[in-house]
Amino acid sequence: MLWKTIKRGYHQLGSPRYFYRFSSAVLPWLTPIALITFVVGIVWGLAFAPPDYQQGNSYRIIYIHVPASSGALMGYVAMGIAGMVAVVWRMKMAEIMIKAIAPFGAALTAISLVTGALWGKPTWGTYWQWDARMTSMLILLFMYIGVIALQNAIRDPRQAARAAGLLAMVGVINVVIVKYSVEWVNTLHQGSTLKLVGESTINPAMKYPLLISMLGTWLLYAVNVMVRARTEILSRERRSGWVKQLVAAGGR
Amino acid sequence: MRAFRATLMRELLLLWRNPAEIINPLFFFVMVVSLFPLAISPEPKQLALVAPGVVWVAALLAVMLSMDGLFRRDQESGVLDQLLTAPVLPVIPVSAKLLAHWLMTGLPLVLVSPLLGHMMQLPTLALEPLMLSILLGTPSLTVVGAIGAALTVGLNRGGILLAVLVLPLYIPVLIFGAGAVTTAVQGGPVDGVLAVLGALLALTLSLGPLAVAAGLKISSGN
Repeated sequence: MLWKTIKRGYHQLGSPRYFYRFSSAVLPWLTPIALITFVVGIVWGLAFAPPDYQQGNSYRIIYIHVPASSGALMGYVAMGIAGMVAVVWRMKMAEIMIKAIAPFGAALTAISLVTGALWGKPTWGTYWQWDARMTSMLILLFMYIGVIALQNAIRDPRQAARAAGLLAMVGVINVVIVKYSVEWVNTLHQGSTLKLVGESTINPAMKYPLLISMLGTWLLYAVNVMVRARTEILSRERRSGWVKQLVAAGGR
Repeated sequence: MRAFRATLMRELLLLWRNPAEIINPLFFFVMVVSLFPLAISPEPKQLALVAPGVVWVAALLAVMLSMDGLFRRDQESGVLDQLLTAPVLPVIPVSAKLLAHWLMTGLPLVLVSPLLGHMMQLPTLALEPLMLSILLGTPSLTVVGAIGAALTVGLNRGGILLAVLVLPLYIPVLIFGAGAVTTAVQGGPVDGVLAVLGALLALTLSLGPLAVAAGLKISSGN
């Protein structure tokens, strides 16, 4: 029963028209929820969470750094999965998703690198070090740029999306290999303090605002992807009847 | 198997009759490496320090630049469409093409690499690891580069775009390739690092041609 519902939902969301209708219904409440979650998390973290006993207030950049990094990584993996769906099953929505996911992910990767550098200066005494995580984030940024560049270079949107999708698939494998290959060089970066399994090594008073700002960033990402996907749907389906009707009715 | 042999023979013959495609990457490799003593300093100690990285980066760029023309001529003459519509799996002729390309452009790089290593003042004991690492690394570079070449084959501004797509994918090979030589210079055991290069080669050889064939299909629009 549940499986059937999931399967039907998946097939329905594969239709651009259905996705457009669905997102029209979801966005009006998802957008404010995302904004509120994000603002609550950031303000709580930056202003009210207790200072770190060792790093003082400088650690507070974690409330921007960690959400951005996690969003960037998840975005690329999501793009790789969408790429696989687009290349193997040629599903239209997956093609649209590849295009919609890339820009925000690239921006998050850049934010993660910049905030990381700023955080590195007071804690490690250097803005940049070629350690495993920083290097793989930099490569991740390059690979986002590659996907976007390839997409812009090919004129036919379907072909562009599938080409970018294939590149994203290869890229997902590459990120993992890069991560472990640089790890051979000694790592400066602190270990993860948040763990899904087992005891987190972070104080709860610091953890909750972090979790909330992460959730907020992911929701904002989802909103951004939906909005971009909607624009892309309209531009691709501009010759179909329902888009013409929609435009004639004033775009609602 | 017959399709593989036929394509391999055809490609080798084509490359053999157009030797510029073999010689240019080789000259590029030699020239780029010889820029470094002029740019950094001819001081042997300093050169030996940067030599593994320099030789490896130059080899990587030479392979990458040679990829640009891999499918272009076939696409212009229509051979590529024939190849994709032929009654064999596209992976087979594609693999043959890659093998031919590596034999004609990658293998010469392997053969001159000890010479360049010596010119860069690498100690003699590091020359063999250098050669082995380039032997194990360049086929991976060829296969991964071919994915980029396949995706950009129909575009007229292929060159720089290809570099943007492919360079991030080259990084693991570069790390272990140059790492093997550096380890050898420092007198450490290189077998482990070379084994990882071999593992990367196994990965790219098994999955790469499939990705190249998929990329060609996408680029040709079917």
